[in-house]
Amino acid sequence: MPEILDQARTQVLGDGVGLDQAGVLAVLNLPDEHLPAALQLAHDVRMRWCGPEVEVEGIVSLKTGGCPEDCHFCSQSGLFTSPVRSVWLDIPSLVEAAKQTAKTGATEFCIVAAVRGPDDRLMKQMREGVAAIKAEVDIQVAASLGMLSQEQVDDLVDMGVHRYNHNLETCKSYFPNVVTTHSWEERWETLRMVRDSGMEVCCGGILGLGETVEQRAEFAAQLAELAPHEVPLNFLNPRPGTPLGDRPVVEGKDALRAIAAFRLAMPRTILRYAGGREITLGDLGTRDGLLGGINAVIVGNYLTTLGRPATADLDLLDELKMPVKALSATL
Amino acid sequence: MTEVVAAQRWCDRCGEDASATGHESCAVARTLEPPRYCPRCRRRMKVQVLPVGWSAVCVEHGESRG
Repeated sequence: MPEILDQARTQVLGDGVGLDQAGVLAVLNLPDEHLPAALQLAHDVRMRWCGPEVEVEGIVSLKTGGCPEDCHFCSQSGLFTSPVRSVWLDIPSLVEAAKQTAKTGATEFCIVAAVRGPDDRLMKQMREGVAAIKAEVDIQVAASLGMLSQEQVDDLVDMGVHRYNHNLETCKSYFPNVVTTHSWEERWETLRMVRDSGMEVCCGGILGLGETVEQRAEFAAQLAELAPHEVPLNFLNPRPGTPLGDRPVVEGKDALRAIAAFRLAMPRTILRYAGGREITLGDLGTRDGLLGGINAVIVGNYLTTLGRPATADLDLLDELKMPVKALSATL
Repeated sequence: MTEVVAAQRWCDRCGEDASATGHESCAVARTLEPPRYCPRCRRRMKVQVLPVGWSAVCVEHGESRG
């Protein structure tokens, strides 16, 4: 057994204290023959500190495309020659999407907009949309609307948005290679305001943007410092027309190593499978991740791409005897 | 499933001539992507992805769903 896994068994599994950056790097550098042991330990940590339940979420794009920012992975930036056109979702369709999500057993519904930050039109749409969902659907509403002002944070709390997603996307040292139209620190400031407001903080990122393994460890450590309620873990799905459109996808074993490492860095967080898992891990890898530290999934489709059918994930959870977290457990 | 259209002249993923070679990767990608280009006129469509399904609207040829 590698020394880092012995250390993690005592420190993370035993005491609930996450690995630091050096420890995460050691896990990310484990040779393939030790990957099963790392995944098993990460699974044990998840079971001890989070339990067997899996949080299921659906997401929908309220405002697609036409974003003024230049996040190099994103097909919704208006600065790239992506085929994604700008489109808004109307309120009845938003409510219907929430109903579809609730039917899967999901307890979370996240409303997402491709913007730098919300303007008055978007905040009005959110206020009406959240109210309409709460009137008709039994589900928790989360939001992801870019960078916020304090007034907008307060408005979202007032609407009853219980969790706010704002991904740091990658580590601080690599961020300028991925986004030039705003800074990592600006994102951090929004996260600070969200945390102080009492909303749950959802913050993760994307692996495979060209970062080094050392920068992946740096990112895990920076997320651990933030201590988000939830960490969505995406794997780059290279999008045509974006600056990262020709990058290779993350190798499956590297993705699994990252899942284990991020779990060992953050033993108590909700670690969610998000975009890109279908092409990075496939069906078999998806199962391995759920047995290696993941305890939440986005089911159904993503914002501009499609996921595998929700029933495929729900059947897998049933097979793995991992109960879907009930709504009552989230309130 | 994607609505069957009469004339699949253009690849609905990349917008190039559908009769040309090299669209195998587009076909594979389309299993996890909605269409982006109208297969009849090559216009970029307004596409809304939903938790279950998608809709795509061509200003000339109307809406398709999947």
